[in-house]
Amino acid sequence: MTELAPTLMAKGSIVAGCLAPHPPHLVYAENPPQNEPTSEGGWEQLRWGYERLRESLSNIDHDVLVLLSPHWQTYVGTHFLGIPHFEGLSVDPVFPNLFRYNYDMNIDVELSQAIHDKAKGSGLAVKMMENPDFRVDYGTITTGHMVNPAFDKPLVVISSNRSTHYYSVEVMQEMMMELGRVTREAIEESGKKAVILASNSLSHRHFTTESEVPEDMSKEHIASHAMHLWDMRIIDYMRTGQAQRILDEMPEFTEQAIAESDGGGLTWLLSTLSVPNYPAILHGYGTIIGTGNAIVEWPCYAHEGDAQ
Amino acid sequence: MNGSLVGSYVVPVHPHPLLVPEQNEGWGRIRAAFDEARDAIKESGADLLIIYSTTWPSIIGHQIQADPNPQWTLVDQDFHDLGSMDYSFNIDAEFAEAWNAANHNRGLQSRTVAYHGFPIDVGSVVALKLLNPDNAIPAVIVSSNVYANRSETTVLAKACLDVIKKTGRKAVAVTAMSMSNRMFTEFIDPSDDRIHSLKDDEWNRKVLEFLEEGRLEDVAQLSRTIHQQIRVQKVVTFKPMWWLSAMNGNRNNLTGRVLAYEALHGAGGAVVQLDPTSTGMGDKEYDEDDVEYYRGERNVLDAEEHSTESDEPLTPQTGPALWEPPESQGAVNSKAAPKPVGMYPHARQVGDLLYLSGVGPRQPGTNAIPGGPIRDDDGNPVEYDIKAQTRAVVENIARILEEAGSSMDKIVDVTSFLVDMDRDFAGYNEVWAETLGHYGPTRTTLAIRALPTPIAVEMKVIAKI
Repeated sequence: MTELAPTLMAKGSIVAGCLAPHPPHLVYAENPPQNEPTSEGGWEQLRWGYERLRESLSNIDHDVLVLLSPHWQTYVGTHFLGIPHFEGLSVDPVFPNLFRYNYDMNIDVELSQAIHDKAKGSGLAVKMMENPDFRVDYGTITTGHMVNPAFDKPLVVISSNRSTHYYSVEVMQEMMMELGRVTREAIEESGKKAVILASNSLSHRHFTTESEVPEDMSKEHIASHAMHLWDMRIIDYMRTGQAQRILDEMPEFTEQAIAESDGGGLTWLLSTLSVPNYPAILHGYGTIIGTGNAIVEWPCYAHEGDAQ
Repeated sequence: MNGSLVGSYVVPVHPHPLLVPEQNEGWGRIRAAFDEARDAIKESGADLLIIYSTTWPSIIGHQIQADPNPQWTLVDQDFHDLGSMDYSFNIDAEFAEAWNAANHNRGLQSRTVAYHGFPIDVGSVVALKLLNPDNAIPAVIVSSNVYANRSETTVLAKACLDVIKKTGRKAVAVTAMSMSNRMFTEFIDPSDDRIHSLKDDEWNRKVLEFLEEGRLEDVAQLSRTIHQQIRVQKVVTFKPMWWLSAMNGNRNNLTGRVLAYEALHGAGGAVVQLDPTSTGMGDKEYDEDDVEYYRGERNVLDAEEHSTESDEPLTPQTGPALWEPPESQGAVNSKAAPKPVGMYPHARQVGDLLYLSGVGPRQPGTNAIPGGPIRDDDGNPVEYDIKAQTRAVVENIARILEEAGSSMDKIVDVTSFLVDMDRDFAGYNEVWAETLGHYGPTRTTLAIRALPTPIAVEMKVIAKI
């Protein structure tokens, strides 16, 4: 019965793809019960952006969130969380003063395994992570929380292979385009409706100091004018349905904006969406300790068949 | 008290020697080298282990572990199938806090972390579990800042040495790092492990040859080149050698020994011992700025109108309040000079003569004292560097003169005040000869009981405009 299931099931689909960055500051600013530190708010433009994204996704039926996190960094292949349930305490190693989060999440191991198997079949180095002591990275948790704070939908969590730094952006793009393609295929064969989440910021030059009150918004701004120009250029491509131009300019963007697209998430996202030529919805843009962050949704459900 | 560094080690960061040394002969030899280093550290009588780990990156300055007993189970992000690493460490929180304070004193951004569940990095866990398995020696761990340059990393070491000396500790410094860090990007059978490329292997052997000759400072000076040649960019840099060299006084005549060099999934893993005992081979020239105090990019949060160093908080942590210098007739005040501790200008012009108020070594903006203060916050005497203080005084004088349109060669007369003539005259006199002495002003040097801030030297200057 299991073997026959794909042919009997309705075809699965990607119902939305999202750029959903993971700065722990956003969780800190929300004061959720899962997080130990408390704040007076802050970064509202981005948090309101996430509110709009959550509202949008609440109107789209979906079964699973498929997420690639640049903070699960793997140097030997691409890895997938491979156990049904993870819970524990996540402390951000860079901002432990802001993020000490008690997480509890379920993994769609079946879909994870399916993507893993297809990726392996296409020649990518892949591995399932099946050690029960493994601590889920804070990027996954932050994006997971901001998109779905109840964590009531299962996740597929994919590591960020550091091929940009081992080889080049071009090699990273080749690998992530392929990973995106097999991710889409596996979702379609699963019969599930999936939301894709690339958990990365855009320009990524941090401040090297922190204000006494981390949420002091009078101190928050983009790290430099050049970073702002790059962020706006990429967002403009997103808003005007020019995903291919993002891929074309990825090497320059990644290098000059020190962009977190180096982790492959954005390329993988655009590939899963078949390089969309329809406009994305910008839910919010803001800076966090100088880095540029955009919350963007490609409403795939409304554009089936529109992609290149 | 007179603490010192009694030894230094370079150790690899991968978990293989800890978790599965039996799976590959080379991994087993690395494990044996860890064991040898462990025994040597024990025999040295060390009472503090200081770990600088490249697998603990930080962004906001440096972070120092200050949880007295951190406990967790670590699983490597890549090599999770090799097993889990339970840990429970004995951290010297008091030293960590003192190091953090010393960092601030030298102009560095840093903080301590003491949170249950804080993820101690794999490099630190492997080092501490293998070098200090019974937790007999208290440890501290410091992060590797991704943006830090050599100046910042050097000052980080000097701040650490401040505390070692002050507390009389016998410390061992450990850098958790790879040599070449390019791993195989595919899964391999353990028996197939080897250094990723011949080029990486040749570079590793050259670096280890230097270290075996005790030429640590030479390796530090080649650090950027080594990083470019055999390191995966951005992952981590070769900056731990900057820290380790500064911890050892930027020397090239240490006694070095390579205990093991093997491949760890393609990366170069080495266990190296560096004994501070001089080989007698003669030291080499130290050709980079020997920075005492960090004055780099640190005001980025202030969006408006800031220079590199003049917008730090004005209020000192201890000592007298700082004043805005008054703009009285003929007054000359410089934003590049430290704020006065009373209502007086930096200098005053009368005719073609310029009379400077007493100038000390405090740094503009931060109020920090190069070479360290002469007493701590509780008023207890502490070690300080009179030469560094004297140099800072001269630099401050130059800034004020420049603001007034004068210069060092126009100084006519100097009156110097030392709080400890016996201890400090020689060092002060040496710096004088290197600097002001060249210009030939008359000089009078007086011993006095105290100055308003915890400094050892101050100068009163008269110059022509």
